Amino acid sequence: MNYERSTPAVVVFLAFVLVTVGLSFYLGRRTRTASGYYAAGGGVPWFVNGVAFAGDYLSAASFLGICGMIAFSGYDGFLYSIGYLAGWVVALFVIAEPLKRLGKYTFADALDKKFDSRGIKLTAAISTLVVSVFYLIPQMVGAGVLIQPLLKFPHWAGVCIVGAVVTVIVATAGMASTTWVQFIKGALLVLFAAGLTVMILNRGLKVDPSAEAMKPQSTGNVRPSGHVSKLPGGVSETGPLGPVEFLSTLRESEVVLWSAKKDGATTTYTPKPTSGADVLRPGNSSLFAGLQKDDAAAKWNFVSLMLALFCGTASLPHILIRYYTVKDAAAARKSTVVGIATIGGFYVLTLYLGLGAMTGGNLDVSNSNMAAPLLAKTFGELPFALISAVAFTTVLGTVSGLIVAASGAVVHDLLSGFLKLPLTDIGKVRIGKLTAIGVGAVAVVLGILFEKMNVNFLVGWAFSVAASANLPAIVMLLFWKGTTKQGIVASVAVGMASSLGWILLSGDTFKDVYGLDPAGSPVPFSQPGIVTIPLSFAVLVGVSWATRK
Amino acid sequence: MPSLDNYPVTPPEPRDPAAERWNARLGLILFAVYLTGYAAFVLVNAFAPRLMDETVGGLNAATASGFALIGEAVVLAVVYAALCRNPNGGRR
Repeated sequence: MNYERSTPAVVVFLAFVLVTVGLSFYLGRRTRTASGYYAAGGGVPWFVNGVAFAGDYLSAASFLGICGMIAFSGYDGFLYSIGYLAGWVVALFVIAEPLKRLGKYTFADALDKKFDSRGIKLTAAISTLVVSVFYLIPQMVGAGVLIQPLLKFPHWAGVCIVGAVVTVIVATAGMASTTWVQFIKGALLVLFAAGLTVMILNRGLKVDPSAEAMKPQSTGNVRPSGHVSKLPGGVSETGPLGPVEFLSTLRESEVVLWSAKKDGATTTYTPKPTSGADVLRPGNSSLFAGLQKDDAAAKWNFVSLMLALFCGTASLPHILIRYYTVKDAAAARKSTVVGIATIGGFYVLTLYLGLGAMTGGNLDVSNSNMAAPLLAKTFGELPFALISAVAFTTVLGTVSGLIVAASGAVVHDLLSGFLKLPLTDIGKVRIGKLTAIGVGAVAVVLGILFEKMNVNFLVGWAFSVAASANLPAIVMLLFWKGTTKQGIVASVAVGMASSLGWILLSGDTFKDVYGLDPAGSPVPFSQPGIVTIPLSFAVLVGVSWATRK
Repeated sequence: MPSLDNYPVTPPEPRDPAAERWNARLGLILFAVYLTGYAAFVLVNAFAPRLMDETVGGLNAATASGFALIGEAVVLAVVYAALCRNPNGGRR
């Protein structure tokens, strides 16, 4: 789709980014110690940390990816929202307090506190790096997506800009800056999403009767789309609707979805009138198509994904390190409660944002990641600029948190812990900043390579790797006294290798990354969690039994 | 509200095994409550998706149960925070 540049939108957007970077410089001017850089000295107020949790967690996947999935597929995209929030229950009820007591700066600290093992430090650091990079890819893809309509830059330019800005943020201040950026961004994201939802409900639903709306589209000739083709009672528009009324009216309506068919370099998009009841039903889209059929592999693929989302949140390194930025276990607990309330509220809104984009008339059928910003554009240039700017700072904040986590893994766990290099506090911070630049560069390259994939789908993979590699080790260390250091090392290594291997051999990777026939995939379904999470638990128990003294 | 600045390093908090045990047990009970609802939701969506077409409170069961799970997480989190004990024997 061709996008037009809007000067007011660009001005608002650039102002937002400049304020974010300026704040970062201000906060970073006094960071001198490793504790300040990696954990903000452990003194962040719990409420700020709680909203910052939301800022960390509501990444490009949540905002751009889920809204896009719902706009393209309906209810199936909302299943991700439910799974993402459920993961916080594991984090709060099982992990938060004990992890706060165990750790200092990184995930490896917690795993290794009891054993002081170089093997644990090495495997935990590698796991942190792998998960962080996996999680970074969709953020960078999302950054490129945002820049395209706003500044009319190509996708790769957006990825490079966010890479450069984030590297500046992280290399200047570390966790203190990241926390405050996340706090502001998390709060703004929820407030703006709520505002956008009010505007969607106030606009209601409207039929587009034009013949143009039902014409097929193709690559290079994509126009703004997405509309209701029939409303209940034969009316042409509903006027303002309440939250329940909006969903019940949509359920009785007919909506035009778009199916894509690729033929060489050209993709053709065909309109597909679909009943609202189907849109709001699980298994109606290609995402989880087998749920409505007798397709066992598709059903287990879905269960596997939902298991990974449930177990993955409490295993994400950039979320885990946020428990070290508050002063005690009670503050960790309270900040998680604030995080859950903020994130839960946002995920309810994603359903309205996605359905609003589906029916709002400004959908780019060639790119699901663009749904939310383009929805905002239907309400004017200012909402578009504000939503794009918040989404961009969302990416900045999440990428900052991930790079701090990856940097901590390299400096604190690998160099200082595993290789035993005698680093001073200032040395740790310096090398951490250099590492941040390196990780940022890797993320930029991967963000360009994965341009066409839905960012939320990519995050699902990061959750699978994190849940398989990290969660069994954390849970068993906390709740089973028979856990040995060899068991932890084996569990992290097997969980990481098996989930990565499964993903690389999956049908989705065959199709979307290698461009091969998915039927050639040797694994029965794409989501590894249901196999690799229990496998990681079993390996930990087996190896611990074999190596107990 | 503290200033937008870095913070001094905080000292480690005192340990209270009894409070830690209470909080851990409470967390596991609430986790089991939520897990039951979540597992039922996932299994119904996977193996009996037609049940999700039923109407509940003006919405289909799919949407209503999704909202309910999000609400349940928030409510259980507040309950947990209200009942947890801190190291010196009180409640937070």
